[in-house]
Amino acid sequence: MSTNPASASAATLRRDDAAGTLVATGDWTLPNVRGLAQRAAALRAAHSATDRVDAAGIERLDTAGAQILFDLAGSDAIDGLDPAQLALFKAVSHATTESERTPAARPDVGVLALLARTGAAVDQIGRDAWQLLGFIGLILATIARTLFQPWRWRITSFVFHVEQTGLDAVPIVVLLNFLVGAVVAFLGATVLKDFGASIYTVELVSYSFLREFAVLLTAIMVAGRSGSAFTAQIGSMKAREEIDAIRTLGLDPVVVLVLPRVLALLIALPILTVLAMLAGIVGGAMVCVLSLDVSATMFITRFQALGATQHFWVGMSKAPLFAFLIGAIGCLEGFKVTGSAESVGTHTTSSVVQAIFVTILVDALAAIFYMEIGL
Amino acid sequence: MTARETVIEVRDLKNQFGAQVVHEHLDLDVYRGEILGVVGGSGSGKSVLLRSIIGLRRPSGGQVRMLGEDMLRIGEARRAEIESRCGVLFQNGALFSSLTVAENVMVPMREHHRLPAPMMQRLAALKITLGGLPTDAGAKFPSELSGGMVKRAALARAIAIDPDILFLDEPTAGLDPIGAAAFDQLLLTLREALGLTVFLITHDLDTLYTICDRVAVLSQKRVLVADTLPRVERYEDSWVQAYFQGPRGRAAMAAARRTEAT
Repeated sequence: MSTNPASASAATLRRDDAAGTLVATGDWTLPNVRGLAQRAAALRAAHSATDRVDAAGIERLDTAGAQILFDLAGSDAIDGLDPAQLALFKAVSHATTESERTPAARPDVGVLALLARTGAAVDQIGRDAWQLLGFIGLILATIARTLFQPWRWRITSFVFHVEQTGLDAVPIVVLLNFLVGAVVAFLGATVLKDFGASIYTVELVSYSFLREFAVLLTAIMVAGRSGSAFTAQIGSMKAREEIDAIRTLGLDPVVVLVLPRVLALLIALPILTVLAMLAGIVGGAMVCVLSLDVSATMFITRFQALGATQHFWVGMSKAPLFAFLIGAIGCLEGFKVTGSAESVGTHTTSSVVQAIFVTILVDALAAIFYMEIGL
Repeated sequence: MTARETVIEVRDLKNQFGAQVVHEHLDLDVYRGEILGVVGGSGSGKSVLLRSIIGLRRPSGGQVRMLGEDMLRIGEARRAEIESRCGVLFQNGALFSSLTVAENVMVPMREHHRLPAPMMQRLAALKITLGGLPTDAGAKFPSELSGGMVKRAALARAIAIDPDILFLDEPTAGLDPIGAAAFDQLLLTLREALGLTVFLITHDLDTLYTICDRVAVLSQKRVLVADTLPRVERYEDSWVQAYFQGPRGRAAMAAARRTEAT
């Protein structure tokens, strides 16, 4: 019994026409199973009548071999197995009968499945949106309720999250906006030069950063950095039943976990946006000064003539909105996590995708809105 | 039971993490066809011993022989061959979460034997039934299974290519008593039918009394005693006495005696 599979001796199956039986010999084990299955199929095709099987010559038998024996002759027509092999054969024939009584559910493929999945996805988007609206309402209601209960404010947690989402994000946000500011200035200068209007690069950079780019780039950065962190933090707490523990201790998870995070973002994102505007415009100014014939003084003069305050407020008005949405989506996805670590990963991804999508969507709507009211 | 064939032979094993010595001068034999229960306090290195035997951890010293081969000295190919004759059930199942149960069971078949797909599917269905799961469980993903079903699915994967030796790390931990008892019976049935040798780490005293032929006690960095239960129970050591003569030990013993009597 103790030879290894590689050196398994050959297995044979032949028909003894005189006795009217099938004779099986050798090792009926996995390495030989492929050939045996073909042989068995051929024999069955050639002789419709079921013969008894003489299995006395079988040296080794495993489950795969036993299954072929069972296919060959059913559970009652096998002779000559030794007691151990017989026990194995009985277990296999019983289990095979059992497993084939209820056909296994086939994984569905094809056009119908495609339609079904599309439908399910659309339905899911609707549910997600509905759920997000509900969650936003819950956050607003909780803020209103706790506003006059200062003993329920989580000051420490709030400050911690302002540091995490705001202060720690300053270098990357500033660098990113500085670089994009420089790129926009280069692009603008290249296009405008043909019209002899390179000087309008100042307007291009200032206008785009004050109104759109600074707040949008910062929001995308924060969604990737902090929205995902919120989901991962709350999600892993959910997976370890910590959220349930919070509830049973008579605390409200929204007060304990969500409010400090969302309020921290409401503070951090506008501050980051201001820094981002500065960085972007400085980046643009640097390109103007270094590679176009625009002096720093001229840049500042034109910038002042622009009426920058109005554009600044247009940009800034969007920052708290984005902050709230990113925070709400990050926390909500965290609460949607179920049991496993895998689920934390899925929801973190989904949180970032949703947050960036919603940010850009709202930004587009805001652009149309401001254009219509003539700001 | 004379001249039993030894399938696992551990000699003078030493395992060390930094300055902390987990095993020293550890000897253990496992014989063909038996169910060996391995017990020991938390942190006594039961799982480390298992990992050393199946080659997931290179021991700091000593010898591990499996199926007559010195596992620490043989070549890569021969080693892979021996490993393909072992089935392992990890503590938390360790099912591949991106594959269905049936696909999980087919992984070792696909890897070691190139079988046609329909045949693999039939064999997988067979193993899933042998593992005590309903047939429709094959199409499910591990995340859709309960704790007990995950253990059974992992067992089905462990026996996928008819291993000679089955390693189980706390198979009944976290199962309800009914599920645990059913799992014990399942192991007995499979051992009878497939002629398995089972290396079983457990904390479950009922499992020890119901299915184990011999019990190895891991304590003081080595195998203190490895013998049949009545002899292990009488072994003169404070830990062994506390383990088997404590309230839980006595209850399990009494339960086992009652079952034998009926």
